[in-house]
Amino acid sequence: MRITVNVWRQKNADAKGSMVSYALDDVVEDMSFLEMLDVLNEQLTLAGEEPVAFDSDCREGICGTCGVVINGIPHGPEVTTTCQLHMRTFKDGDVIDIEPWRASGFPVVKDLIVDRGAFDRIIAAGGYISVNTGSAPEANNLPVPKEDADHAFEAATCIGCGACVAACPNGSAMLFTAAKVTHLGLLPQGQPERESRVLGMVEQHDAEGFGSCTNIGECTAACPKGIPLDVISRLNRDLLGALAAGKA
Amino acid sequence: MSVDASLEFHEVGEDIADAAAPSGPIERRWDERKFSAKLVNPANRRKMSVIIVGTGLAGGAAAATLGEAGYHVKTFCYQDSPRRAHSIAAQGGINAAKNYRNDGDSIYRLFYDTVKGGDFRSRESNSYRLAQVSVNIIDQCVAQGVPFAREYGGLLDNRSFGGVQVSRTFYARGQTGQQLLIGAYQALERQIAAGTVEMHTRHEMLDLIMVPDADGTERARGIIVRDMVTGEIETHTADAVVLATGGYGNVYFLSTNAMGSNVTATWRAHRKGAYFGNPCYTQIHPTCIPVSGDYQSKLTLMSESLRNDGRIWVPKQPGDDRHPADIPEDERDYYLERIYPAFGNLVPRDIASRAAKYQCDDGKGVGPGGLGVYLDFADAIERMGRKTVEAKYGNLFDMYARITGEDPYTRPMRIYPAVHYVMGGLWVDYDLQSNLTGLFVGGEANFSDQGANRLGASALMQGLADGYFVLPSTLPDYLAAGPFEPVPDDHPRVVEARQAVEERVEKLLSINGSRTVDSFHKELGHIMWEYCGMERTEEGLIKAIGLIRDLKAEFWSNVKVTGEAQELNQALERAGRVADFIELGELMCIDALHRAESCGGHFRAESQTEDGEALRHDDTFAYVAAWEFGGEKPVLHKEPLEYEYVEMKARSYK
Ligand SMILES: Cc1cc2nc3c(=O)[nH]c(=O)nc-3n(C[C@H](O)[C@H](O)[C@H](O)COP(=O)(O)OP(=O)(O)OC[C@H]3O[C@@H](n4cnc5c(N)ncnc54)[C@H](O)[C@@H]3O)c2cc1C
Ligand code: SF4
Ligand code: FES
Repeated sequence: MRITVNVWRQKNADAKGSMVSYALDDVVEDMSFLEMLDVLNEQLTLAGEEPVAFDSDCREGICGTCGVVINGIPHGPEVTTTCQLHMRTFKDGDVIDIEPWRASGFPVVKDLIVDRGAFDRIIAAGGYISVNTGSAPEANNLPVPKEDADHAFEAATCIGCGACVAACPNGSAMLFTAAKVTHLGLLPQGQPERESRVLGMVEQHDAEGFGSCTNIGECTAACPKGIPLDVISRLNRDLLGALAAGKA
Repeated sequence: MSVDASLEFHEVGEDIADAAAPSGPIERRWDERKFSAKLVNPANRRKMSVIIVGTGLAGGAAAATLGEAGYHVKTFCYQDSPRRAHSIAAQGGINAAKNYRNDGDSIYRLFYDTVKGGDFRSRESNSYRLAQVSVNIIDQCVAQGVPFAREYGGLLDNRSFGGVQVSRTFYARGQTGQQLLIGAYQALERQIAAGTVEMHTRHEMLDLIMVPDADGTERARGIIVRDMVTGEIETHTADAVVLATGGYGNVYFLSTNAMGSNVTATWRAHRKGAYFGNPCYTQIHPTCIPVSGDYQSKLTLMSESLRNDGRIWVPKQPGDDRHPADIPEDERDYYLERIYPAFGNLVPRDIASRAAKYQCDDGKGVGPGGLGVYLDFADAIERMGRKTVEAKYGNLFDMYARITGEDPYTRPMRIYPAVHYVMGGLWVDYDLQSNLTGLFVGGEANFSDQGANRLGASALMQGLADGYFVLPSTLPDYLAAGPFEPVPDDHPRVVEARQAVEERVEKLLSINGSRTVDSFHKELGHIMWEYCGMERTEEGLIKAIGLIRDLKAEFWSNVKVTGEAQELNQALERAGRVADFIELGELMCIDALHRAESCGGHFRAESQTEDGEALRHDDTFAYVAAWEFGGEKPVLHKEPLEYEYVEMKARSYK
């Protein structure tokens, strides 16, 4: 099929960017979206032009490296990662707009690549359980009810892609932050640091320039891993608890 | 078969030995080694610096642990976050000899299975330590909050994996690697916040710096990296260097590895003198989604667990292109069940992969290009009901449907083998130190404890064993002699290494030929897959070496790399990696050529039993091949392998 793509081109963080249009003649429906961009890049390179810079690594939907806004929707029209979207979702003659994540917490680095370092700093602000290597007790001494373990697992499947931020009109990273608070807060191992964790992570979230959450729900709709909105309620409960306990 | 044919392509050097290996009863060796290791006073630790390249399971766990102990750690990865290392993609699980099922498992049995599974080409001491440490890994991960699958009583669940008879695999649905890596990543971020670890993301290591100290001992003291955002070439120095940069399966272009997985860090160290161990040992996984076209950028693995309930078949008639539903039962060949009645569809990976290749070679393959076999769940759905199948395999079926556009509930899946893991890597001693003093190597990047073939769920175990437990015990023994004399930025060795890296970058950008980097990578991949893939022959390997040499010459005169050095430039990044893959490919072929036997993941057509099974030659080849860099004539050093505990036997699955 023939496809036209309008791609955001921006030389570096300081440069001004613009949309540039390219035509592809031989797109095959079994191609993944990123393979379509690979083909475009081969075409550009042979024509002596600079290929489009975009991030990807596993191409299996698990590392969270990829992610662009496709026709206005983070990761495109299906609930999956950009790398797992296939061209059979589109049809001959389609025009596709491709842009980077847009959020003040994610400055553009080049073309479709953004800087998501803020996510690491939010985790560093408390998204862990403090246990030095070697000091762990025998694993089965601490039974965890299956239901809690399963819920913790679901929250822990967040891949840190940032689609939730790109989707949010406020540019909030609450779904990402709350997924971690929920994962660790549901486990007995996570209890001792439950209050300091939520305070530290939320403070860092705000310091990174992410907007606040007003419960719009666009984040969860865009999330390729289906992280549910109720993780944010849980975060808010923990936050209120911590504040009430005078831990701030 | 002439053993001599390979001598035209390499030299033979002196045998080497693992000088750090302890002796005595096997179950005491690791304790003995830890006890004999020198310790570093806690007050001195922050004066000792360690560079760790790679923050996957091995590097991330090592960095976090050494940071906790108080060392000054500098870490590097090429992704934008350590949370994205390729370990994240592991699906199936991690082994540990906990014996929670009371099914006869033990450290000794895991050790035994590893040595046997590795087809008697791994070291007994290392395999034993791996099995020993495995139990601590699970404790550590659970304490960190890794949400492993649990039973209704709240205790940890296990499954059996990769054809072993005990249930010792811990898992987190189909995302075990993700959950383990996130655990290590969180521990690492905690140390970054504490100031013990300095993390450099989007930095690629391009060279190793060796510096002689006052008495002339050459030590690994630093690395040259490129800041992938600004293009700046930087120098980082420390008292020791650890490489934990993962596997090099992408030498085949198509593999289940991540797009950025590369050999550059270890290859650059190899060029600086580090021996490369067993480069030709490659694991080819039988259940991957087949290639659909030329544009294909990578292959996707589907968990091996599918073979527990799915049945593999091809049409009996070559070239039969009917819809699978139209092929009647008696015109199908369930070839694994036919050839291996005892194990059926559950034969080990290498056997299942090769069997699929033979069917396709006979023209019985299905799907595009005839490179696929059916994995059929029709019987399973009839037996267990669609609901049960959905509960067990739903996510895998969804993935298959998404990628292929076909519905696996109503039409058998097509699968084909793909390169998945490499057992080869930099040679290390028991301490995980390479032959270069002060250079340590962990995880898939070292030549590993897995021998010629790895058991399922054992790579995650090895990565974390190296990272959490082995390196943090053995590195201090080396560091105890430090801190070493600081290396100034204008040290001749630093200047030399930097210049070499800068010149290479300039060279790549100036060729301005007519072929893209990817076209070279694909061509290399075809050569490797064809001649150094599932089945290797003397004739094919010699041919491949010639083809690779021609490709190398063409690359350096005709590659086209756009853009500039001082900016984010993905074409340049790839060009450097492909240049190194080409050199590695040549060494892999030479290694495969010299090893005129079949063992584990290395199958030489000339060395098979009458009924077509792999034939080892223990009298000639029971050694680790450690290659010293030598351009077109690398030098082979043999490390003889001895088996005191496990008796060497032929693997048989008939
Ligand atoms: C699809 C798939 C499924 C798997 N499933 C299983 C399983 O179920 N069980 C199991 O036991 N094993 C499994 N494996 C194997 C296992 O996942 C890997 O062997 C293991 O995770 C490797 O870990 P590592 O820490 O050595 O390397 P990686 O996780 O690959 O990390 C490499 C690190 O090095 C960095 N790096 C690389 N090159 C450079 C450079 N030049 N400069 C700077 N940094 C660099 C990267 O950024 C990264 O941080 C699977 C593998 C694949 C591909
Ligand atoms: S919550 Fe969902 S959308 Fe947000 S980073 Fe995690 S996986 Fe991506
Ligand atoms: S590239 Fe890893 S999730 Fe898309």
